[in-house]
Amino acid sequence: MSDALLSAHNLSVRFGGVLAVNNVSFDVQRGEVFTLIGPNGAGKTTVFNLISGIYTPTAGHITYNGQQMASVPPHAVAGLGIARTFQNIELFEHATVLQNLLIGRHTHRQTGLWQEMFFTPQTRAAEIAAREKVEHVIDFLDLQHHRDSMVAGLPYGVRKVVEMARALCTEPQLLLLDEPSSGLNVEETDDMAFWIADIKNVLGITVLMVEHDMSLVSKVSDRVLAMSQGEVLAMGTPSEVQSHPGVIEAYLGTIDDVSSLRRDHAKEQHP
Amino acid sequence: MRFIFKTDYDQDIRLAKHGGHVFWYGLLMVLLLTAPWLIEEYWLAQLTFVMIYSIVGLGLMLLAGFTGLFSIGHAAFLGVGAYTEAVLAAQGWPFPLSLAMSAGLSAAVGAIVGLPALRVKGIYLGIATLSFGFIVEEGLARWESVTGGNAGKHVKAIELLGYEASSNEAFYWICLVVTVVCTLAVLNLLRSATGRAFVAIRDSEISAQSMGIHLARYKTLSFMISAALAGIGGALYAHKLQFISPDQFNFLQSIDLLLMVVIGGLGSIHGAFLGALFLITMPQLISLGKDYLPDAIGQAPGLQAVVYGLVLIGFVMFEPMGLYGRWLKIRTWFQLFPFYRKGMFKRQKSFQKSDRLK
Repeated sequence: MSDALLSAHNLSVRFGGVLAVNNVSFDVQRGEVFTLIGPNGAGKTTVFNLISGIYTPTAGHITYNGQQMASVPPHAVAGLGIARTFQNIELFEHATVLQNLLIGRHTHRQTGLWQEMFFTPQTRAAEIAAREKVEHVIDFLDLQHHRDSMVAGLPYGVRKVVEMARALCTEPQLLLLDEPSSGLNVEETDDMAFWIADIKNVLGITVLMVEHDMSLVSKVSDRVLAMSQGEVLAMGTPSEVQSHPGVIEAYLGTIDDVSSLRRDHAKEQHP
Repeated sequence: MRFIFKTDYDQDIRLAKHGGHVFWYGLLMVLLLTAPWLIEEYWLAQLTFVMIYSIVGLGLMLLAGFTGLFSIGHAAFLGVGAYTEAVLAAQGWPFPLSLAMSAGLSAAVGAIVGLPALRVKGIYLGIATLSFGFIVEEGLARWESVTGGNAGKHVKAIELLGYEASSNEAFYWICLVVTVVCTLAVLNLLRSATGRAFVAIRDSEISAQSMGIHLARYKTLSFMISAALAGIGGALYAHKLQFISPDQFNFLQSIDLLLMVVIGGLGSIHGAFLGALFLITMPQLISLGKDYLPDAIGQAPGLQAVVYGLVLIGFVMFEPMGLYGRWLKIRTWFQLFPFYRKGMFKRQKSFQKSDRLK
């Protein structure tokens, strides 16, 4: 697997007595959409937080572009070309959409404190250059109408897109999307699928996402990894994973589970 | 209502966004420049105090209003700046150099105080800075060989280019220049990457971090800049009063400073100035009002503290955005007349924020 952008090797995380992630390994290939699915509490978001450096793995390691991630502090992860969104939107509420997106350009800043204090011509040029990059993203995601609105006043669906736009402004190689469709209606989810496909095909960005909406997952994902209780259940194309008996069991339970729930008199009537 | 047709990115970067800004701020500058001829000496002195407090307010605003870190010990930085200036002026340093040293030393102290800010937040940071304020006040009182202890210290008049700026007018000019430079520096910071990083930290640390912002570095930086501005304010304060003692930089002074930015309106540069204006004019208004009140109230000790307290409670309850927020509402009312609605500035209930990562 020479073309892997990100690979996780035997990752495990333990919080006290809880083994949140247990021996998980996977490779994300360059230019694919790779999705993590699984029931609540399966450890998907924990994997995300491991990649963004918020947690450190108890065992195992992550390599990105051939580099070990263990020694990278969380704030330096963005500089490597990994951007992320959050499950419960974490935008800068009391700033405009434009300012939020400009913050996304932070890793590309070229000016120092003193230059900025005196607002030298270089600073002005850098600001305009940053703005141009941001405008590309605004055009890409159709956010023109919301450019100068405060985030605090935007509807939920737009915030989701703004958060994705902010991640794109860092010009990442790998985009981590934590439940991009949560809280969106059907149309907005369709738009999201369209944009994720565009991000992959037009911008050539590799996407790693956590998602529950299986229609979105099967529409955009190249490969799917199913997790349950911190362990890998299955990996493969969306249809393969969906038909995998272990996955069905994790979501729906086994026949035995169901029969044990059945009331006793029902068993007697239908032996 | 003014609609601006934007054709250039520069229009969003410029400080004056439209002709109205140019006109009103130009007029303000003209008035400030001609103030020594327009108003009496007493009011000129008050205006000088407003500017000194504005500089300190700018610093605290940057810290509390834009980075979201509260300091209840800001008078300590004021004190460090004031004593540095007093000592250096006595040794005959030229004013620009000693002013820079006051700012620099305050910033260095600010960096040290910023250390707990990397670990604690909210009320705990407040307590950490509060105790720091006590330490500095105590230090100023005990280090008698340098500070003169509780007996206080005289401050020499400013010497600039061989002239002694001892007159009120000369000192006013100096304060005006320093205020304008400090304001421009802060505005410039806020419209560039550093200022945006501060705002990002204020609104969501976790996502600021994932955008590549080094939290520790920017929090320390914010403390340093804030302390430096307080130090500059302190240096001017020392020259203005000509006599400083540790009890001028006590806990109550810190509270006054915090009161100033909260009443002015957190998160706006205008707020620092409006707050300073409030802080200086309020005692005057109270003493004017005293004559019209019955003796039992008018002559009661602690009247000022009561009024301050009531005003602060009033603002927190009815106008959390402070004086600047009130001004924005009034302006919008006129702009939209007659279409202003009552709920226009009401914050939408914010969506549940993720707290699992905190």
